[in-house]
Amino acid sequence: MSTSDYVVLTEGLQKRYRETQALDGLDLAVPRGLVFGLLGPNGAGKTTAVRILSTLVRPDGGRAEVAGHDVRTQPRLVRRRIGLTGQNTAVDDNISARQNLVMFGRLFHIGKAAARQRADELLAQFGLADAAEKTPKKFSGGMRRRLDLASSMILAPEVLFLDEPTTGLDPAGRREVWQAVGELAAHGTTVVLTTHYLDEADKLCDRIGVIDRGRNVVEDTPSGLKRRIGNERLEIVAADPGDLPAIEMLLGKVAADGRTPTLDETTLAASVAVSNGVTALTEVAAELRHRDLTVADLGLRRPTLDEAFLHLTGERPTDDLEVSK
Amino acid sequence: MSMLRLAPDTSDTLGSRVRWAVADCWTILIQELTHLVRQPSTFAWQLGFPIVMVLMFVYVFGSAMDVSGQGAGEGYLEFAMPGLFAMTMAFGFMNTAFAVAMIKEKGFIDRFRSMPMASSAVVTGRGLSDVIHATVDLAILVAIALVLGWRPGGGIAATLSAFALLLWLRLALIFVGIQLGLMVKNTEAAGNLFAVAFPFGMVSSVFAPPDLMPGWLGAVAAWNPVSSTAGAIRELFVSPAVSSGYWIEQHAVAAAVIWPAVITAIFLPLAVRQFQRLGR
Ligand SMILES: Nc1ncnc2c1ncn2[C@@H]1O[C@H](COP(=O)(O)OP(=O)(O)OP(=O)(O)O)[C@@H](O)[C@H]1O
Ligand SMILES: [Mg+2]
Repeated sequence: MSTSDYVVLTEGLQKRYRETQALDGLDLAVPRGLVFGLLGPNGAGKTTAVRILSTLVRPDGGRAEVAGHDVRTQPRLVRRRIGLTGQNTAVDDNISARQNLVMFGRLFHIGKAAARQRADELLAQFGLADAAEKTPKKFSGGMRRRLDLASSMILAPEVLFLDEPTTGLDPAGRREVWQAVGELAAHGTTVVLTTHYLDEADKLCDRIGVIDRGRNVVEDTPSGLKRRIGNERLEIVAADPGDLPAIEMLLGKVAADGRTPTLDETTLAASVAVSNGVTALTEVAAELRHRDLTVADLGLRRPTLDEAFLHLTGERPTDDLEVSK
Repeated sequence: MSMLRLAPDTSDTLGSRVRWAVADCWTILIQELTHLVRQPSTFAWQLGFPIVMVLMFVYVFGSAMDVSGQGAGEGYLEFAMPGLFAMTMAFGFMNTAFAVAMIKEKGFIDRFRSMPMASSAVVTGRGLSDVIHATVDLAILVAIALVLGWRPGGGIAATLSAFALLLWLRLALIFVGIQLGLMVKNTEAAGNLFAVAFPFGMVSSVFAPPDLMPGWLGAVAAWNPVSSTAGAIRELFVSPAVSSGYWIEQHAVAAAVIWPAVITAIFLPLAVRQFQRLGR
């Protein structure tokens, strides 16, 4: 692949805010047409990366190219080709949803009639046609975020940056946003989004770059990342410490290839990675009933982002350190 | 779906850049004015304070104050009304600061700056709408003043000049508002700016002649730009006022022209710099 196939390309990106090194040599290469997820704990540098790539902030060092243009020397050429939905919802609550979109259309100078037509298209595409004349004040979180997304897609941009598009939304709102992003990507827009959620990255992204402390940790496909992090785990909490050996043996039978159960004597929890969660769960449940074993808890767990970090980097993510400060 | 992938280009000629800046300014202005039309109650909220002040001063404190040298309470309405107009203009920078802090907090400035639009429009559109807003404020206050029995005593030209001076002060304070709005962290902090606005508006000749204040406070009040505008329009409205010994009060009209120019000269570059600092 030649470098021109990458719509977003950074090399050794540096950004410092007083005593914080927000980005410390970040390298990114996002091929055209992909949905790329930037995953990382609080303060990892995700927002800083997005702000540099969308020409809002100048990097201290390194190189960043978006849609073939340098963000530092040709910001105007970059701006004509990108859309941005920031961490805050930039929706004007005092004018109608349609007026919001028409205003942005006018600011892109696509002409009055085209701005109106595009507003109506977007309202329909994002399921907001019925609410077009209402002010966003009365909208649900999901609707507001969809209007916000629509505002950044007046032009179907070459690259769309989304900073935590679903933070603070309920499950229905998250699904609405996911669907909208999926449709956009299907029309050929390259999407770069940031998220705290492993499941979101998993559902939406073609590739995921995990970053921490402004540096790359690992980059992979969702399934590759999950392989590295480890599969779903089946966990049993024993009701009686004496049952632990039996439970360990049961878990051993359903374990994924080559995995052995881990035991925690203090919490009485035993768990093991399994390759098919539901099958393992039903098998173990049947065995428990068959043997008349009572347990305190039984369930499937996905690895959390914290555990993923522990696994990938061998250290705790920075936000834990910050919490304990 | 017919989708445009690329924004039309602003070619690099000065003419087309200016055309974009004007068009974008107009778009932002329309957005701001739509707010006002949709929420006329904004005016009621913002004018509530000056209206309560005028009623209080004219009917409660004014009766005890001798501003015209003809006895307590005499001519106080004529004295206070121009002061009130000037104070409303002075407090206006709070509206600008709050609105700017709001578009920053909500991420509007970020989205605007990530677009190919003329970024100056964020500020010029805001400024124009604030001047229109201030004109409506003034019109409402004048109507109330007329009901209370106030009459401008000068001719048409003098009266219009007085309102022009008021809007000139408001225009200069837009840049102060933009600078402060960009500087503060969020809208809450912008609201706290009232702690600055209040003495700025009140330690002036708005409600009482500086002569009646203790020496140093009187000097501060006399040199306050708000006092210069108040003094100048009192002259133009031919309102009674005790002539004080302060040099600047005796040149109020000139001061009312120069002060806003000085404020603009200081705060316009500051606001531009603050705007550019967003990129750091
Ligand atoms: N404008 C700023 N001034 C000072 N420090 C900043 C600024 N912006 C970011 N930082 C610091 O830079 C680091 C990276 O911040 P950034 O916002 O990029 O992280 P993030 O990955 O987006 O985090 P989150 O998940 O919390 O949104 C943090 O330590 C943050 O405190
Ligand atoms: Mg962030």
